[in-house]
Amino acid sequence: MWQRARVLAVRDETPGIRTLTVDVAGWVGHRPGQHVDVRLTAADGYQAQRSYSIASAPEAGRLELAVERLDDGEVSWWLASEARDGDAFELRGPIGGYFVWDVTMAGPVQLVAGGSGVAPLLSMVRHRVAARGDQAMRLLYSARSLNDVVAHDELVDLAARDSGFELVCTLTREQPPGWSGYARRVDAALLAEALWGPETEAGTYVCGPTRFVESVASALIDLGYRANSIKTERFGPTGTP
Amino acid sequence: MAEVSRGFAGRRRQPGKGLIPPGQYVTEDFPVLSAGPTPRTPLDRWDLTVSGEIDEARRWTWDEFRALPRESVEVDIHCVTKWSKLGTHWEGVSVDTLLDGVETAADHILAIADYGYTTNMPLEDVTNGRAWIVDTFDGEPLEPEHGGPARLLVPHLYFWKSAKWVRELTLLSYDEPGFWESLGYHNYGDPWREQRYSGD
Repeated sequence: MWQRARVLAVRDETPGIRTLTVDVAGWVGHRPGQHVDVRLTAADGYQAQRSYSIASAPEAGRLELAVERLDDGEVSWWLASEARDGDAFELRGPIGGYFVWDVTMAGPVQLVAGGSGVAPLLSMVRHRVAARGDQAMRLLYSARSLNDVVAHDELVDLAARDSGFELVCTLTREQPPGWSGYARRVDAALLAEALWGPETEAGTYVCGPTRFVESVASALIDLGYRANSIKTERFGPTGTP
Repeated sequence: MAEVSRGFAGRRRQPGKGLIPPGQYVTEDFPVLSAGPTPRTPLDRWDLTVSGEIDEARRWTWDEFRALPRESVEVDIHCVTKWSKLGTHWEGVSVDTLLDGVETAADHILAIADYGYTTNMPLEDVTNGRAWIVDTFDGEPLEPEHGGPARLLVPHLYFWKSAKWVRELTLLSYDEPGFWESLGYHNYGDPWREQRYSGD
């Protein structure tokens, strides 16, 4: 069932990613990791649909969608460039029952994000805080530069005051002066250093562009992680999660 | 009445109504969607089985499968995540060939893939020239991330029904929801009726 979503606020997270806070009357709630379908309608009736991950915690009350602006994407272009307070579109969801994590699930849990693939993982991070989950959680986040890290300050702050949450960033293209984190692409060697090992039986969630997810998931198998402990969400080059 | 979104004109207008199913858009890419890692079963350990409501299960090794009569098909494919890809070229073995001469009381199948992925559909949707086990895409061996060495191809249903890395077709006298079908997606998945999610 399509529902009317009203834009309450827009916020630029990075040069390429904008968060839209929307209000959906009678929203049923979501589980962290789920996504929504968005449908846009032009004045002449033309419609386009795409899927976007929910970045907010279920507890937040407002739905937040983090949308990457794609040059050739028509729905993402509207959401990330045109939409402003008071605009409306149609939304359907929540969708997806597999790439989800909540505090009722046993820990530890580790999250591996490539670029804008961090969106559904942010929902998990935020939910763990809001629901006072005591599972150990680690986020390995690969971005091109510090400017491309979504919610950087929030994540750094959280890691500083919550001993159960660890943030590991790797900046693959450009690092600020004095950067002490990783500065290389995520490969088997980096995963072996930065993640908990297979013996911990940690649940692992991987989200990002297809190439990123494909290479991370394959490396995890090679490192000995059980296939059914790894859940993936891939973004195609067309921007579809 | 659909809500008109201010300032939205549509920059990638799609082919006219009727050429692609409702809510879809055409892509030239071949996006990859899977719930987990890509399995990599060596060909010498690969086999394909037809099991369930059948007198004796049938099994083919890779070499035996490759020796079966082959067909080449050109079809449009439609993913529930909204992309459609038109005129895709595949080669493989018709499910009719695998079931040739089988007497069964089954009216459904459950396709089972490496790592346990499953998907269900009525038997009549994979017979009479409507489904294949394909191992070749655009003249090249099917890549692992797209389901290689072999995947099911049921182009008239949403593409999650075309199970990647398929290893077994189980004939059933009842309907057993598969992986996505148990997680909120539509049990049948006809793109032309836009049966994306349960209740559609």
